[in-house]
Amino acid sequence: MERSGSPGIAPRGAQIIAAISDTLSMVLLTRRIEFAASHFYNNPNFSPEENRRIFGKCNNPHGHGHNYTLEVTVAGEPDPSTGMVLDLKDLKDILDREVMQRMDHRHLNYEVPELAGQIPTCENIARVIWKLLDPEIKQGKLHRVRLYETPDLFADCYRNGLGGQAT
Amino acid sequence: MNSVTQNREIKLALGRRYRFAASHRLHNPRLGEEENLRLYGKCNNPYGHGHNYVLEVLVSGSVDPATGMIANLCDLDAFVGREVLDPFDHKSLNEDVPEFRDTVPTTENLCIEIFRRLKQFPQAKLDLVRIQETSNNSFEYAGGNEEGFER
Repeated sequence: MERSGSPGIAPRGAQIIAAISDTLSMVLLTRRIEFAASHFYNNPNFSPEENRRIFGKCNNPHGHGHNYTLEVTVAGEPDPSTGMVLDLKDLKDILDREVMQRMDHRHLNYEVPELAGQIPTCENIARVIWKLLDPEIKQGKLHRVRLYETPDLFADCYRNGLGGQAT
Repeated sequence: MNSVTQNREIKLALGRRYRFAASHRLHNPRLGEEENLRLYGKCNNPYGHGHNYVLEVLVSGSVDPATGMIANLCDLDAFVGREVLDPFDHKSLNEDVPEFRDTVPTTENLCIEIFRRLKQFPQAKLDLVRIQETSNNSFEYAGGNEEGFER
């Protein structure tokens, strides 16, 4: 995180205190969006019977759909001059460009090139969304992507080594 | 299917929510009646009371490129059904679950017991159990001491 101001020549003790307070001032910001999309699960390397056995109802080739809810969490320190981790308007624009325009009211098997060759499960969609968003978020750092396929099923994607389980 | 490069920098977890209804009574036989009443209040009512529990289970692991899944949901549902929902739903935790014969069935202890049961799930690593006792209370357990859970 870029900080305004310079540490200057503070005594050693003061620098340590500043480092501790930096860690403590980390804030998580979450924005939620919803999109509707259709999909089905089929692996052409499996026989029709295997596909039906493994994927069940999700194997229906005519597809089915969900209202997905996406929660995007960004970690950072509030900028002292704006009080913001990042401008919510910027995050909204990123989510609109990278997620809504690609996925909302689309068929995930046919219309999202980033998912080509993958089964569009919640896990894979969450990972694709992480890869799309991570390079775009330049203030703060992408902390977690949580994608709900239904209120009872979701996938979390976060940076390896970070707990990321807190809800 | 194309093989998807597993990105080591990111980790994926699958979350699933389940529901069960059960009754319990908070009472510690090692403490006196008055002390139990003071400690547990209404929850000490000898006839018990119940909740609609919401159980959230998080498992993590690599995504199988052939299925796109960390774990097959049908298998996870069947496992949670067998280990937790069947023995807990519409039951008295104190009377019907042997682990709570001598352990107070607070939701903290319920988290630990459910973690102990679910960590045997063979297809993925159990990361977290979260239980919502009411819409205003929830508890989380990420493992660590479930075998030392005092009974």
